[in-house]
Amino acid sequence: MGSTNSTLSKIPNVEELMQETGFTPAHIVRLYDRFEALDKEKTGHLRPQDFGAINRLAMNPIGDRIIGAFFSPGQETVDFHSFVRTLAHFRPVDKKRPKDPSMPEPVNSRTSKLKFAFQLYDQDKDGKISRAELLQVLRSMLEMQVTEEQLESIADRTIQEADLDKDDAISFEEFRKVPPARALRLTYQHGAFAAQGTQNTKTCKVHAHRK
Amino acid sequence: MPALLRSTFVLVMVLLAISRPSLASEATGNGTENTITTLPIVIWKWEEIHFPYLVALWVLVSWLCKLVFQLNPCLTRVIPESGLLICIGWVLGGIIYGADKVQTFRLQPFTFFFYLLPQIVLDAGYSMPNKLFFGNLGAILVYAVIGTCWNAATLGLALWGCWLGGAMGNIDTGLLQLLLFGSLIAAVDPVAVIAVFEEVHVNEVLYILVFGESLLNDGVTVVLFNVFDAFVSLGGAQIDAVEIIKGIISFFVVAVGGSLVGVVFALLISLLTRCTKNIQIIEPGFIFVLGYLSYLTAEMLSLSAILSCTFCGVCCQKYINANMDERSVSTVRSTMKVFANGSETIIFVFLGISAIDPSIWVWNTAFILLTLLFIFVFRFIGVFLLTWILNQYRLVPLDFIDQLVMGYGGLRGAVAYGLVLLLDENKYKEKKLMISTTLIVVYFTVMLQGITMKPLVTWLKVKRAAVSERTLAEKIQNRTFDHMLVAIEDISGQIGDNYMRDKWNNFEEKWLYWLLMTPIARKSCDPIFNIFHKLNIKDATSYVKEGERRGSLAFVRNESKADVDFNKKFGADFSEMMPYIMTENMGPDHVPVSSILRDSVPSVCLDMHEQDLKMRESEDFDAHHLLQQHLYKGRKQHRHRYSRKHLEVNKDEHEVQEIFQRTMRSRLESFKSAKMGVAPPKKISKHLKKDQPQKVREAYLEFSEGDSASGCEAAGGSFPMRAYRGAGIVNPAFMAEMDTMDPMPPMQQIPSWLAEAEVDSSNMVPSQRAQLRLPWTPSNLRRLAPLCLSTHSNDSFLLADSPATQEGISELPPPPPPQDGQGQGTHK
Repeated sequence: MGSTNSTLSKIPNVEELMQETGFTPAHIVRLYDRFEALDKEKTGHLRPQDFGAINRLAMNPIGDRIIGAFFSPGQETVDFHSFVRTLAHFRPVDKKRPKDPSMPEPVNSRTSKLKFAFQLYDQDKDGKISRAELLQVLRSMLEMQVTEEQLESIADRTIQEADLDKDDAISFEEFRKVPPARALRLTYQHGAFAAQGTQNTKTCKVHAHRK
Repeated sequence: MPALLRSTFVLVMVLLAISRPSLASEATGNGTENTITTLPIVIWKWEEIHFPYLVALWVLVSWLCKLVFQLNPCLTRVIPESGLLICIGWVLGGIIYGADKVQTFRLQPFTFFFYLLPQIVLDAGYSMPNKLFFGNLGAILVYAVIGTCWNAATLGLALWGCWLGGAMGNIDTGLLQLLLFGSLIAAVDPVAVIAVFEEVHVNEVLYILVFGESLLNDGVTVVLFNVFDAFVSLGGAQIDAVEIIKGIISFFVVAVGGSLVGVVFALLISLLTRCTKNIQIIEPGFIFVLGYLSYLTAEMLSLSAILSCTFCGVCCQKYINANMDERSVSTVRSTMKVFANGSETIIFVFLGISAIDPSIWVWNTAFILLTLLFIFVFRFIGVFLLTWILNQYRLVPLDFIDQLVMGYGGLRGAVAYGLVLLLDENKYKEKKLMISTTLIVVYFTVMLQGITMKPLVTWLKVKRAAVSERTLAEKIQNRTFDHMLVAIEDISGQIGDNYMRDKWNNFEEKWLYWLLMTPIARKSCDPIFNIFHKLNIKDATSYVKEGERRGSLAFVRNESKADVDFNKKFGADFSEMMPYIMTENMGPDHVPVSSILRDSVPSVCLDMHEQDLKMRESEDFDAHHLLQQHLYKGRKQHRHRYSRKHLEVNKDEHEVQEIFQRTMRSRLESFKSAKMGVAPPKKISKHLKKDQPQKVREAYLEFSEGDSASGCEAAGGSFPMRAYRGAGIVNPAFMAEMDTMDPMPPMQQIPSWLAEAEVDSSNMVPSQRAQLRLPWTPSNLRRLAPLCLSTHSNDSFLLADSPATQEGISELPPPPPPQDGQGQGTHK
């Protein structure tokens, strides 16, 4: 497709990016369009407020945290490459990819998906989810009928459940063990919302809704 | 529910109307015989009314059947409802046959196609998740058109081959007749499919593909049927290349023409609902009448009636929902469901009853078994083949399991039966065999495949992800992941980056809205506004409920309670929440809470290690329960669903509102602190002393912004997220506006809806409307910014969008008047 190629040629180092993230050219083009649409002032960078302009994010209780995850520490902007790299976490796990220990772990592996989730909790980046951090997340995710007292009780319980080394905090190793290994898999749900061949789809889904 | 009653009544009336001809004839017949000798006080008029009476009774009985086994959820969990209805049909049929010794109840094709089918199709179209449907239209069309032709052709040819080979013994048929049979039985039936798929939770794309396919291929199959029927009438010798080409052309003309008729009627309905403002009572009726007319018109023009009706529903839904009054919309919705569900029930019971009639059964083992086999096999081959082709073009291919489910979901149903009844016995010597085969196919697919469908899907998925939420941590994680994925979807832009869609949206906004929508509706078709409007209505209702609970609506006027929904709701909980929030967040500015409050909080032993196991279990249970109930849900789960059984009620709205308010509050607060140098903690401490309830709310404000303002100052730049949150996701629009307001004293600049604390200083209750106005997104706030930021009048929102106010929010309680005396008086 001509348009695909012309868009691709606008992006520097696009080959590398595809190699690294595993996105197809069509994905990249789609994401690039999206990036440009978000980048209202055409600076080539996105700032937090550009993300904030996405209406539906305002309805997400942890939207702010997720926006934050796009920005590496100390940085106020994110360029297209980092944008794509962050999104690449949500690509489905490649089943066919040969297990090659010499290769670095792909960004869409289960571990890095979990790590992404972990850092949403771990705001002070000390590698542990403290009680206070957990409380913050709970507060934003629970309806307001829940009293603070109940919140604390839940937080304590959660930590207690997950906390294997009894340090009153959840480390990443503990975090990844929380669900029985099979239950939590950030899986790709085939093309929810995918218009045929035209739309970008990275609808990932935790298969966790059935009783 | 009056709407339900009314629609039931209408349905009965419709059924009565069916019987009118016979009624009339009987009436005249009776009239001539009876001669009156004396004035009868009461007479027995069974003969005159027995037909409508039977119809009504019949409907009643079949609906009662549904009622009966809905009482038994275990049964419906195993066997799909359609299967159960067929079973009931068998029983009823047996009873009737036992009594009459002949099957008196039969589904007449005319009744089926003109009185039972249209409402099902219309409902399916009307409730179609539009975005998904048009997003996947290409794939749906491929499956519906090519897939159906494939099914028809292969089945016909394969049966023909077997017939030539002599597998079926001596039956009088031919290639064309078998092709005709193939075409009538090719179509997957929407009624059966939806009844099954609704209970099996599959992903949205798969669902819309199966649903869309089954709906459209009904139209296709009818067209094919007509073409082949004409071919059979012409006779084999007459058919040459020209006739075949004509057949193909007529196929497309009929299908496309039918769809166009539907679109035209959709335009008509939309235009009509523009001006039905003054006759709201019968407004919903127009939808049904015109929808039905679209069906009939297409039929009259020998175009595809099913397609016409479908597209009519699909195209008009958006505009009529915007144009009509809220109540009319809900009436239309529920009435549609009553019609569709009702006639679906009747159809399935009929399918069962039809079987209990020895006169229709002709058994030919080879023909029947081969048909079953071929249908099954070719369906799978067709699905795999077409999906393979489609997958070459799809960005996200359909995976193997999807294809398997799709293939297995090829349930045949009433349309096939209706069509087979239409056959002319003179032309088709084996009509009875075809009827028997069709019935067997329907039973086989609906019962067997229907029953095994759910276990199959479960089994297939179980291999991929076993799910249990046994621990709290797990539950919380899962929910976090949900939210995360939803957010990523939003960021990566799932919706609307499509060029064609952009074009269409532009066109729609520019022309169609102008043409088809009332000016007021046009204003409110902004999606955010829509959500917001619904939230408002909901709030208003909850206010009234709350008022009823308390015995008066006075609290609305009571300033301490004249707050957004959730504050009011937690009124009681706040006292419990308070101390914790205070100690957590207030820091040095913390003001001692009154001892009364503190005492009322039960002290909880949080040291879980020390509690015995039993206690823990019960508490765990409580905690699970709590989480189950109160965790926000990820937004996109099962939203775009079509359900014949349930009216879609979006329960998320309450959550959306809460989240929205929280987010907006925290953003505005952080903006406030960043831009105006008002340090919230100080402000709070100042006001805390004045008024207890306000203190609560302020504390809440502080709590909700949690790590934004104060957190940012404390944390400095080391935590990126906090850092920028502290700076605020600031809408540039605000800054411009704020600059112009600089001369004002800082306290005055706090937007009215945030300024509960300023209530007593400004002597005005922020109007309820202003409170409810909260959920504006940044982009919308921009629009409102100039007005809402002026705090001279707390009711500036009223000025900001008075047209919308008049239209949409008229159901809100009137804004409380400024209450210098009264409000303050009652409160203090």
